[in-house]
Amino acid sequence: MGCVLRAEWTKARTSPGMSSLLATMVVVTVALSAAVAATADPLPGADLPKLGLTGVQLGQAVVAVFGVLVMGEEYATGLVTVTVTAVPHRAMVLAAKAAVVIGLVAAAATVAVAGCVLVGWLLVPTGAGVPTGALSSAAAGLHAEVPVPAAPSPDAVAVRPAVGSVLYLVLIGLLSLGVATSVRSSAVGVGIVLALLYVLPIVTAVVADPTWQRHLRQLGPASVGLAVQASTADPEIGPWTGLGILVLWAVGALLAAAILLARRDV
Amino acid sequence: MTAFARTLRAEWTKFRTVRGWVLASVATAALIVAFGLVPGMRGSCGKTGPGSECRLPVGPGGQEVSDSYTYFHQPLSGDGTITVRVGALTGLLPGDDPNQPRHGLAPWTKAGLLLRAGTVQGSSYAAVTTTGAHGTRLQYDYTHDLAGQPGGPGQPDTSDAAGGSSGTGSAGPRWLRLARTGDTIRGAESPDGVRWTMIGSARLPGLATTVQVGLFVTSPQYSGEVHRGLASGAFGGPSQATGTFDHLAIAGGWTGTAWQPDVVGGERDAVGDQLDGPATGAESVERVGDIVRLTGSGDIAPAVVGAAGLGVSLSQTLVGTFVGLIVAVVVGCVFGTAEYRRGLVRTTLLASPGRTRVLAAKAAVVGTVMFGAGLAAAAVVVVLGQRVLRGNGVYVHPTPTLTEVRIVAGTAALLALAAVLALGLGTLLRRGVTAVTLAIVLVVLPYLLAVTVLPAGPARWLLRVSPASAFALQQATPEYPQVANLYTPVNGYFPLAPWAGLAVLVSWVAVALAVAALALHRRDA
Repeated sequence: MGCVLRAEWTKARTSPGMSSLLATMVVVTVALSAAVAATADPLPGADLPKLGLTGVQLGQAVVAVFGVLVMGEEYATGLVTVTVTAVPHRAMVLAAKAAVVIGLVAAAATVAVAGCVLVGWLLVPTGAGVPTGALSSAAAGLHAEVPVPAAPSPDAVAVRPAVGSVLYLVLIGLLSLGVATSVRSSAVGVGIVLALLYVLPIVTAVVADPTWQRHLRQLGPASVGLAVQASTADPEIGPWTGLGILVLWAVGALLAAAILLARRDV
Repeated sequence: MTAFARTLRAEWTKFRTVRGWVLASVATAALIVAFGLVPGMRGSCGKTGPGSECRLPVGPGGQEVSDSYTYFHQPLSGDGTITVRVGALTGLLPGDDPNQPRHGLAPWTKAGLLLRAGTVQGSSYAAVTTTGAHGTRLQYDYTHDLAGQPGGPGQPDTSDAAGGSSGTGSAGPRWLRLARTGDTIRGAESPDGVRWTMIGSARLPGLATTVQVGLFVTSPQYSGEVHRGLASGAFGGPSQATGTFDHLAIAGGWTGTAWQPDVVGGERDAVGDQLDGPATGAESVERVGDIVRLTGSGDIAPAVVGAAGLGVSLSQTLVGTFVGLIVAVVVGCVFGTAEYRRGLVRTTLLASPGRTRVLAAKAAVVGTVMFGAGLAAAAVVVVLGQRVLRGNGVYVHPTPTLTEVRIVAGTAALLALAAVLALGLGTLLRRGVTAVTLAIVLVVLPYLLAVTVLPAGPARWLLRVSPASAFALQQATPEYPQVANLYTPVNGYFPLAPWAGLAVLVSWVAVALAVAALALHRRDA
């Protein structure tokens, strides 16, 4: 396993574009968060930690591309035949790749999220908003898209959104790796992952029926995973429960990938 | 066989023989249909199930209308005039807290004179009215709206985001006059009852000899946008208004019967359901000497989809387009980049040295396939999706056949052009993953940001310039300036006209293809 891990680490390290991809991830995440923090005019009741982590919404696309490419490049170049010849135990290859994704994405995401927190701390006007139950948007039967904070949050809570965002990005990377391995194509893989991350929220927003809307929100990887960013627990998805559902998505994708990898010709 | 036809045939054979691409094209259509026909939307009137669909009154033009108001009227036979002074106009609006309404007027609160063919909802009418924030107006038959002088007795609610400004006219009481000659109704206004200004005239074809004429007050559903940081949403609810009238004077063929108070619409609906009138329960008519005070709630206007209306538009059945779009983008992109994966591109260009021709043939193949898939899927959804929704008790605003055809063809064109855009990007970048990501970021992300994150201004701007502007092809119901509503993409309203939106996407595709052709020429395969 040590050798396999080293081999995969070398591939990820030396593959062109991989390091710049992670650097891009950090830059776009912090940049979007900074733009939002600088332009936002937070009203009382705004969820400031969540606001400062908006960049994760964009950074996740780059993480998806990274996770997809870790496996997709092997298929694009035909390197995969050499890899499985050298390491006949294919699940071990996948495990090593997953470990590399976890390590690299966690490192980059930590930098990105730390940058977001720093930028939010510097740019968002201090004392502008403590989450309260002030906003009640469901007036008179209109469906509301604003989550209504239920109770004031304790002070230590800002740690959870930050740590949760790092874990979220790591899990998105693993999900992308699993999907790309299953479909054996970078383009198709990134299409599927971005559909899950970006199209599902649109469908959720447009579907008019509240029951379906709730089900979709409780299933979609982006909506459940990002629930961890809410300072005040979302009434529909608990922060850690949400991340747990995303773990199921990632594990499911990796399991499917391992089975397909073992059973079919490369 | 010309060279282009041969290239076209070669590209078609490539497409047809890759099982994944054919399956993906079928999947595009299947996904759009599946999302369009999924039942489960809750009925519009709080009930679910066949036959529970509620209906809106239909106006003389055949369109659905809101028609609820408080009326103080008597019959007029033949020609005649009515004059009144609107002394004051006050109202209550929903606040952030639903239990604490605040004082203020909705921009389109109306108080004035109303002539109608009858009190049946949807009947022909003409009204000269003061409004909350849009000055004096002459409105008739629901969709027509002529502006008079700004200002009026109501204090405009300047804090309102959805409304207009107070204008430059003087505030204070306003005199109104309505004169009927045959089927022509003229409206006039005056600041003092001496100097009269004509607002305009309305022709109501086929107006009966005896009509109902009198005072009315109504106040529409109020909707505002909330922005809490990056989260945005809508709030709103019914509003109500009280108009105080005096100096009521009539001349002409009045039948001499007594003035009759009436609350039209709202809770007095035939099925016992409140349809358009928010029915606050505060509707009343008071008469003290010469002073008449009416309190009303509702609207006399075209019915809209969204916060200020009821039901859904046809565009909302096509939500599967987004999912189909992703598949189309991936197919279009891979159709271009797969050539580079195994070096097939060298063989292709050797066999067909006209490189632009190869690109054009590829674009034609993938565009046609996706157009066909989109056409079939959208036709099924537009025809059957409405029935599924109606069967479930959801009110779907009826759409003219020509608009339905435009929506079906537009959805197909959207898919085809997105696929060709992805093909161009794929050929240009030669890397599937980057091209797919870029295409999705260009086509889908602007819509997502406009729907979920951005406030109205930047959202509309984004949907004017990005390839996502072509979603305007799916708009099914028109916007009305005389109805305050949240005209947002979620409710099926887009900032550009359908063909302008298509033109924006076509420009993007043209640029992408041109740059791809140039790159294909200049670089080594």
